[in-house]
Amino acid sequence: MTSAIGVDAARPKGALARLLQRKLAVFGLILIAVVLAGAVFAPLLASFPPDMQNFDGLTIQGAPMPPGGAYPMGTDLLGRDLFSRILYGARTSLIIGVVANGLALLIGTLVGITAGYFRGWIGAVLMRFTDLMMAFPALLLAICLAAIFSPSLWIVALVIALVSWVQTARVIYTETTSLAERDFIAAERTLGAGTGRILFRHILPHLIPTIIVWGTLGISTTVLLEATLSFLGVGVQPPTPSWGNIIFENQTYFQSAPWLVFIPGAAIILLALAFNLVGDALRDVLDPTQRGRA
Amino acid sequence: MAGYILRRLIQSALILLGVAFVTFFLLFVLPADPVRQIAGRSATAETVENIRQQLGLDKPFLVQFFRYLGGLVQGDLGRSYLQKSEVSLLIASRLPATLLLMVAAIFCELAIGLSMGITAALRRDRFTDQALMLTSFVTVSAPQFVVSLLMLYVFAVKLGWFPIGGYGTFRHLVLPAITLGILGSGWYSRMMRSSMIDVMRTDYIRTARAKGLTRARVVLGHALPNAILPIIAMIGIDIGVFMGGIVVVESVFGWPGIGQLAWQAIQRIDIPIIMGVTLVSAAAIVLGNLLADLIVPFIDPRIRLR
Repeated sequence: MTSAIGVDAARPKGALARLLQRKLAVFGLILIAVVLAGAVFAPLLASFPPDMQNFDGLTIQGAPMPPGGAYPMGTDLLGRDLFSRILYGARTSLIIGVVANGLALLIGTLVGITAGYFRGWIGAVLMRFTDLMMAFPALLLAICLAAIFSPSLWIVALVIALVSWVQTARVIYTETTSLAERDFIAAERTLGAGTGRILFRHILPHLIPTIIVWGTLGISTTVLLEATLSFLGVGVQPPTPSWGNIIFENQTYFQSAPWLVFIPGAAIILLALAFNLVGDALRDVLDPTQRGRA
Repeated sequence: MAGYILRRLIQSALILLGVAFVTFFLLFVLPADPVRQIAGRSATAETVENIRQQLGLDKPFLVQFFRYLGGLVQGDLGRSYLQKSEVSLLIASRLPATLLLMVAAIFCELAIGLSMGITAALRRDRFTDQALMLTSFVTVSAPQFVVSLLMLYVFAVKLGWFPIGGYGTFRHLVLPAITLGILGSGWYSRMMRSSMIDVMRTDYIRTARAKGLTRARVVLGHALPNAILPIIAMIGIDIGVFMGGIVVVESVFGWPGIGQLAWQAIQRIDIPIIMGVTLVSAAAIVLGNLLADLIVPFIDPRIRLR
């Protein structure tokens, strides 16, 4: 959503219109809008509070109820309405997606732009550190960090940001190095512009399309990472619902009550898919070298 | 060439050293006390201190780190805190399972991804192409555990074709390998599609067509061998991607590889094992990337390494 507005600001007209011509991108935007609406209006849409253990929410044998009747998506192992938990879980996914990814983007951009502009030893140190992070088994690191801290929503977001800024840093670095050699930057420097001015007034604006593209694609990665951590039980902790921890909690019922795994699973896939589709379309739309190509 | 390889090897060793340092540091500063875990809940403060001393965990950070490095260069990864065994032996006993899964998974990824990519390229901009590319987006957007559970539900629980998890026979290998194959196919199919489209535009393909060769011969004999070159380098990078995800897949499928070993160790804060698996995974990632770079000039003589 924010990216669509950002596009408009970066290139008045044109980009947004071209984006809306792509069926898949529009499909992605609609999906995002639906999830966003679900998250924002969760209290209005949900028929039950997400943590309420309904006393008619379990069968006589004490098993979860299948979808239907008062519970459109069935109930979970504690008799809670799955639909309500999915709606509130959307909040978790979006908050983590936006916060963790925003943080990763911020770190990545700062590292990339600094390394790319200053080169020298600062650049060398930063980029060697980035290489090092590339060699890290990121998921293993994230699981380890999340398991050791007792994770709150914000710790999970922080952990995800710490393992996912690297890609952005590499891309921003490459673009900054080539921008820094362009004539208008040299001219600006000759005119006596300070480093801060060059970086933020002249280089950063050129990086905005890249940041928008990576920011959008990155949300998909962070949503998946949060789901995975929560599925392993080291992410967002119950009773706060998250699509990943709904699956984690109900895993034991996976054979008899598969909807408890596959409804949240489908939600994760659709949200990640939506951001991937929009991000990919943005890349084509914003990258001038791609213009005019299919 | 030899100079280049040597330089890259040294670089790789330095990166691994960095990984070791950062991991060691993180595990050192994090608020997890392995000694309490080992001693158990009822241990007295005295016992806890004794164990701490025995393990050398009362020493300053750098002393501990250099002691670890000293062992590392001799292939010694230390002893597990809880399983009374050398970490290197534990990893060595688990590694074959992980490698087997890796080879099978990458084979499936290539088989699925390349056929999707080639088909999409030949049907460019038509319905088949769009459907296949949407599929590839779905595969890269799907979390491993969801697809793993779905495959288990359909093919093990409902149809009963394969065991619900475990290790030992070919039938145990099929589901995890195909699951990983589907998940990893997305990147290959997109790369293969664009590579194939580029090749199909070249002059030598036009010549081959003009000679009146059949479509099958043009595609399989002329276009494919050239289009596949950039894909081969991707395999090296894919090794790293695979190593990144093993914890999840191995725990869902009950596959007794190093991912499962790491997951058990993380839950019990068995730091030497966590260090060991991290380093082995990082080594695989670094080697995979190195392989990707080294293989390029062999398959494409136009590229020279400096």
